[in-house]
Amino acid sequence: MVSVTNTRADNYYNEKKDVLLILEKIYDPEIPVLTITEMGIVRDIRFHSDNSLEIVITPTYSGCPAMDVITFQIREALISAGYSDVKITQQLSPAWTTDEISESGKQKLKAYGIAPPDRRFSPPADGVECPLCHSANTKLISEFGSTACKALFQCLDCKEPFDYFKCH
Amino acid sequence: MNDYLLHLADTSLILSHRNSEWCGHGPVLEQDIAITNIALDLLGQARYFYQYAARLTGNTDEDKLAFLRHEREFKNLLITELPKGDWAHTVLRQYLFSQFQFFQFEKLQHHSDKELAAIAAKSLKETAYHLRWSREWVIRLGDGTEESHRRMLAALDTLWPYTHEMFRPADYELACEVNVAELEQPWKEAMAYVFQEANLPIPQHTWFQYGGKTGYHTEYLGYILAEMQYMQRAYPGATW
Ligand SMILES: [Zn+2]
Repeated sequence: MVSVTNTRADNYYNEKKDVLLILEKIYDPEIPVLTITEMGIVRDIRFHSDNSLEIVITPTYSGCPAMDVITFQIREALISAGYSDVKITQQLSPAWTTDEISESGKQKLKAYGIAPPDRRFSPPADGVECPLCHSANTKLISEFGSTACKALFQCLDCKEPFDYFKCH
Repeated sequence: MNDYLLHLADTSLILSHRNSEWCGHGPVLEQDIAITNIALDLLGQARYFYQYAARLTGNTDEDKLAFLRHEREFKNLLITELPKGDWAHTVLRQYLFSQFQFFQFEKLQHHSDKELAAIAAKSLKETAYHLRWSREWVIRLGDGTEESHRRMLAALDTLWPYTHEMFRPADYELACEVNVAELEQPWKEAMAYVFQEANLPIPQHTWFQYGGKTGYHTEYLGYILAEMQYMQRAYPGATW
């Protein structure tokens, strides 16, 4: 009996892992270097007894238009992988925070030219490290940037403008 | 509960619409982006509330609630439907409202209805940004040049009579055990501090306008709805 239960548990675990592998290949449409799993958007993967698959996601910013695109991308990826009955649900609580972005995600952001969220600069303030030349001699231009999640900075040393992913 | 959710949704939607009118017209690019980001956050809030209301009542959805209800069915605060006016009007309205909304969501995040509490907790984080941004603008313009100060006084004169509606509870708020009246004191204290920094007087009028919460609107709402609802009414069920 024990072995049967274990096998079931293993299967369940493996199936989840299969789904996760698919989700790990979906990129955030507005920050195309980060996957949705690195962003911390995926909260749960659930198999239901009616053979449907439920993906629970959490929104980053309330009005973020990327969420609709992400929902569509998840459905598309899972259906082409053979999951016919896919349901995507939103979970608001607990509210998403930038702490859910993985460490590798933060490094990728930096390499892409976006300063990663840093609790020392919440609210955004002068001094966020420039992702290009690593100078801390930087100036906040605007708390609102090209998308809801970013603030606009300028580096006073290399003179380049850059985005800072705000703590949220 | 349904009426209360619609009140919250309508308020966010209409203010979002007003702020979005600045898109492409902001005084400088960064501020154009800021006000449209705020519009987007408010639209996101409105969607949460409409979606929840639709789930509770069934047989409807967020789009029907936003696009197919009549003026008298809208329950938004009157202050949100007033024209965007000049930049002084826009930032002052945003401040007066965000200061209220901040306290409102702070309370609501502990509401016994878990879904409502979750929406409030989520939205509160964004409202904190709106509040900080608009507060800075009120101080900058109030304590700025003679011209900017004059415009802030004019904006204050227009908007002030619409502020007290926020704190006078509608029946549906009381039914949901939401006491907006108790937010008035903290709101006044916070505002007094900002107005002192901004070198603005606290108006002493005692006459206030009410009605939005129960569907009695200014002449402005009809025009907003005409613009917003035109597509769905002319081409029912049209989608992208
Ligand atoms: Zn630099």
